[in-house]
Amino acid sequence: MLKTLLQGLRRPLTEAPPTPDPALAALAANLDATARKRLGHSLSIRQVDAGSCNGCELEIHALNNAFHDLERFGLRFVASPRHADVLLVTGPVTKNMKEALERTWRATPDPKWVVAVGDCGADAGVFAGSYAVVGGVSAVIPVDLVIRGCPPSPEQLLRGLLSLLGS
Amino acid sequence: MSALSDLLAAGARVGGHYPWPCVAVTADVWRQATACLAEGAVTLLSLWGDTGRVHMALLSAEEAPPIAVLSLDCPSLRYPSVGASHPPAIRLERAIRDLFGLEAEGALDVRPWLDHGRWGEETPPPYRFLPVQGEALHQIPVGPVHAGIIEPGHFRFTAEGETVVRLEERLGYVHKGVDALLAGAQIGRAERIVARVSGDSTVAYSLGFARAVEAALDIAVPERAVWLRAVMAEMERLANHFGDFGAICNDASFSIMLAHCAVLRERVLRAAMACFGHRLMMDRIVPGGVTRDLDEAGVGMLLTLVESLGEAFAPLAELYDKTASLQDRTVTTGILKPALAAQFGAGGYVGRASGRGFDARRSVGYAPYDQLNFTVPVREDGDVNARAWIRIEEIRESLKLLEQLLTRLPDGPVLASLENAFPGPGEGMALVEAFRGDLLVWLRIVDGHVDRCHLRDASWFQWPLLEVVIEGNIVADFPLCNKSFNCSYSGHDL
Repeated sequence: MLKTLLQGLRRPLTEAPPTPDPALAALAANLDATARKRLGHSLSIRQVDAGSCNGCELEIHALNNAFHDLERFGLRFVASPRHADVLLVTGPVTKNMKEALERTWRATPDPKWVVAVGDCGADAGVFAGSYAVVGGVSAVIPVDLVIRGCPPSPEQLLRGLLSLLGS
Repeated sequence: MSALSDLLAAGARVGGHYPWPCVAVTADVWRQATACLAEGAVTLLSLWGDTGRVHMALLSAEEAPPIAVLSLDCPSLRYPSVGASHPPAIRLERAIRDLFGLEAEGALDVRPWLDHGRWGEETPPPYRFLPVQGEALHQIPVGPVHAGIIEPGHFRFTAEGETVVRLEERLGYVHKGVDALLAGAQIGRAERIVARVSGDSTVAYSLGFARAVEAALDIAVPERAVWLRAVMAEMERLANHFGDFGAICNDASFSIMLAHCAVLRERVLRAAMACFGHRLMMDRIVPGGVTRDLDEAGVGMLLTLVESLGEAFAPLAELYDKTASLQDRTVTTGILKPALAAQFGAGGYVGRASGRGFDARRSVGYAPYDQLNFTVPVREDGDVNARAWIRIEEIRESLKLLEQLLTRLPDGPVLASLENAFPGPGEGMALVEAFRGDLLVWLRIVDGHVDRCHLRDASWFQWPLLEVVIEGNIVADFPLCNKSFNCSYSGHDL
């Protein structure tokens, strides 16, 4: 039984990396080159849901499946902001999560990057203007890269994250 | 059993409320309804605020009609507490006070719930967790930012050594003000907000919203659209159950199951993208029908998918069944007793793993499920293993349902125009079966826009039960218990 299952995964499910998105590449080019040099081709990512509907989380999860296999690029999710280089932040930032997001950002050592994920992470999306929402991620902490989409597909997420690593 | 009809007879019928009746009641009848809830004669479907009024939706599956809404005017902004004698209402009452300023008289817990004191400029007051007393106890605060890729919430564990003696949840972190955003929104805007209340259940939310609008405005939906909606709903259930089942096993460090299940989930999402143009099928169900038709090639693709998923999943279920080390973690872990599941009206796999066989597709029923063959699996053990098995069996049922839906898909249009529809005022409601349980949508349409819309995720009645099931288990089993419930934070926090 176990043997069959192991063989089942050995088939090549993993897909070729996505072609770079020029718009994202241009954004990433503005990042601090020295910081990038120091980190090399490996990034530890801490995901923070600051108010999302959980749609973005589902697609971020999908980055770990056999089709997308995020870790082959040297990208991996870590459990603590203290271990992270990148904060991957979703949601419109709710007022109830603002302080937690700020504290998570402060707990992340420099150099660090913030990636705002999804239309809500970009500008609060359909929740803009609510009494309970601060706004997009950049309304609370400095954002280096925005990956739009509702939710962004795993390919879009992968393109964005790879643009951080540079070519 | 006539508790519901007795309550209905005791109130004054409210016109323009579909498909189930609504009656305006006095405070005495409201108390009588509360007594019925406490006795277990009826089940609480929801309790929600409105301008100067509270409503409660009650279920009595054996009666006809099975659902009724009681409305109570509260000119003094107070109403008799339901939660004081029926605990499932406690958090709903706290939320009503936070959002509508209506006080539950006699309530035992008057702490705010969704309101963390951060919506204004003032400094938030500290939250008072319930006291826990005893020798050698220690507390473990977890969250709101958790260690995985999950939603935020706070769990306050009190443990004695390895054993959890009490868990208290604090939720509301992802409260986005959905009720206020929906009030006054045009239907087109409202449907986009509703689709983003809990992303994993976007199809179910859109379905519930569409059905409630259609009930309020008396809109007939084309037959083909009704069937396509069910195709999407079952695909959403499959994708989530694959993900959950893999994740439950992964939380017992059996990661190969997650690897396989994540592949199956991805196949469902890719098929959804190819057939409906969105991986989660967001915004595909709208009042009047669906926005995307399925062509012949799509039907063929989905039928092939159904067959391959069935073949791929069978050995995984067998692997689960035959791996003693995995079952050692799931069997007898996090037991929910049937009496509590019944009291809380626990929906979905949480209720069905603890003897409550309620499924909105069957027990209340809606098209096209009345024309389809399927079984609602029920177990009595109430542990993590039972909740995993309910998912395994529901995956099989959803595959069978999809096959029936796709081979018998009726022809015709898929979207009815709302242009000349009755603009209201009208009140409509719907109860649909999302993957995690029954989802209630109640709304009032006035002049073609949403005047008030209340959404009650199954999580409202499941979250409090998670506090119960972890008691007496070790801290390390919390992820297993939590994942076997997989409650929505966003769907609950609104």
